Amino acid sequence: MIIAERKPIKELLDMLAGHDRVFLVGCKGCVTVCNAGGVREVGVLASALRIARRRQGRPIEIDEMTLDRQCEPEFISWLEEPLREKGYTAVMSAACSVGPQYIAERFDRIAVMPALNTKFIGGTLEHGVWAEFCRACGNCGIHNFGGLCPITRCSKGLLHGPCAGSSGGKCEVRPEVDCIWHLIYTRMKNLGQVEKLKALKPAKDWSGYWSGGVRRVVREDLTL
Amino acid sequence: MKAGSNLEGLLRSGQFAITAEFVPPATGDRGLIERQARYFKGHVDAVSVADNMGAVVGAASWAVSRALLDLGLEPIMSLVTRDRNRIALQSDLLGASLLGIRNVFCTTGDHQKFGDHPEALNVYDIDSVQLVNAVRGLSDSGKLLGGAVCDKAGSFFVGAAANPFGDPADLMILRLGQKVRAGADFIQSQPVFDPEKFGHWVQLAREEGLIEKCFILATVMPLRSAREARAIHEKRRGVEVSQDIMTRLGGVPEPEQAREGLRICAEQIQALKEMKGVRGVHIMSAGREEVIPELIKESGLETARAKD
Repeated sequence: MIIAERKPIKELLDMLAGHDRVFLVGCKGCVTVCNAGGVREVGVLASALRIARRRQGRPIEIDEMTLDRQCEPEFISWLEEPLREKGYTAVMSAACSVGPQYIAERFDRIAVMPALNTKFIGGTLEHGVWAEFCRACGNCGIHNFGGLCPITRCSKGLLHGPCAGSSGGKCEVRPEVDCIWHLIYTRMKNLGQVEKLKALKPAKDWSGYWSGGVRRVVREDLTL
Repeated sequence: MKAGSNLEGLLRSGQFAITAEFVPPATGDRGLIERQARYFKGHVDAVSVADNMGAVVGAASWAVSRALLDLGLEPIMSLVTRDRNRIALQSDLLGASLLGIRNVFCTTGDHQKFGDHPEALNVYDIDSVQLVNAVRGLSDSGKLLGGAVCDKAGSFFVGAAANPFGDPADLMILRLGQKVRAGADFIQSQPVFDPEKFGHWVQLAREEGLIEKCFILATVMPLRSAREARAIHEKRRGVEVSQDIMTRLGGVPEPEQAREGLRICAEQIQALKEMKGVRGVHIMSAGREEVIPELIKESGLETARAKD
């Protein structure tokens, strides 16, 4: 899923300066699962912002709504009525950055702000801890590495083993993170496939990544 | 002779080579580069010019390499894959070739987190093994990674790094094998502060049939003090300073520790010269180029060279 994290309150207050009537929109997708922008987080955030603004002597009115998903135009359309008729001057989206962009494209007379920082594609390691697993390079080859991704999980994206900064199975860039090459090597050994690692990998084709320009997936069988 | 560099000639003729590291400062002053470079002249066979070492900005390795050539020194131009994509790297190789640079040393480069621009975007389009392979292709057939063939691309004597002290040891050997197969002519190790462990790695490389396929240069670094030895041991990942060295440095008064560090380094050079499979040393002076003449003298290599 997409892992996101709420921005610091101070940054959000700075964004909201000059706005007194705001609509705060959450998302029931990934950001609910990673506890950043679901119904509960939106409620907590709205209260925190109201309290802070009251303390500043400039109270703010914040209404809340959490959409099933903000990455679907169909669900964004539910914002038509509130955003066109209730007189909000700004909408703050607590979704990954797809949500605020959909809102911005659809409502041309209202300011749009992100409440979250979209971090990465990842998963849960333990309660309250998430880690990155995929860089969306667009051309998955993890089967060549025992099912683990060196493009994402090696700090340098190395395809031929660890750098000299790998020590005790940990990465020097983030010592709390396992050196993925340590894990890949252990796994390939267990699978009896170390020989496979000896082969030279050609320079990666990055055209399926963002390097190839803004990406799109088109499924002819599904298009109307 | 493939590339025709002096370093290549020396190594192929079986002589023990001495190279030294030069980390270009962040300067546009050629005079400063020339003043620092004078310590190398007549003492080492080639000077390895770092490419923004430690992700700290310094003058470009190709430009400094050319400045060294003008001084009559032989440069080894370092190239890291951190800052440039395959287009820029290959362009720099062609540029280096037309400037007369014949040795190139390929690494991935330290992560920018440790440098003076930790907010920078890194590139890592290709890794060091792929860069070695790109240099090889360019040298052998003028072929670029994209498939086009260059006219008179030039030829390079290609180096790569190896870590004899990483774990597990067999993975380190696997990585050495990849670099050799990718086309590395010479291999420069991580700094050796534990000769026994290094010897073990050379032995493993021999068993894999790799030492006949490349020239191994052992990196040595004169330590300034017991404090520096401890700091390197504790903070520099993948580098271990042996207890022997720690004890020796700690056993002399502080003002004499730098001298003792130089002596230890000279003894290491002598021992490495006798180690089968080691074809030269690379001196990492960590910005203290001025100690190089004395270190070479102390190690007795100057006399050995005179006899050659």
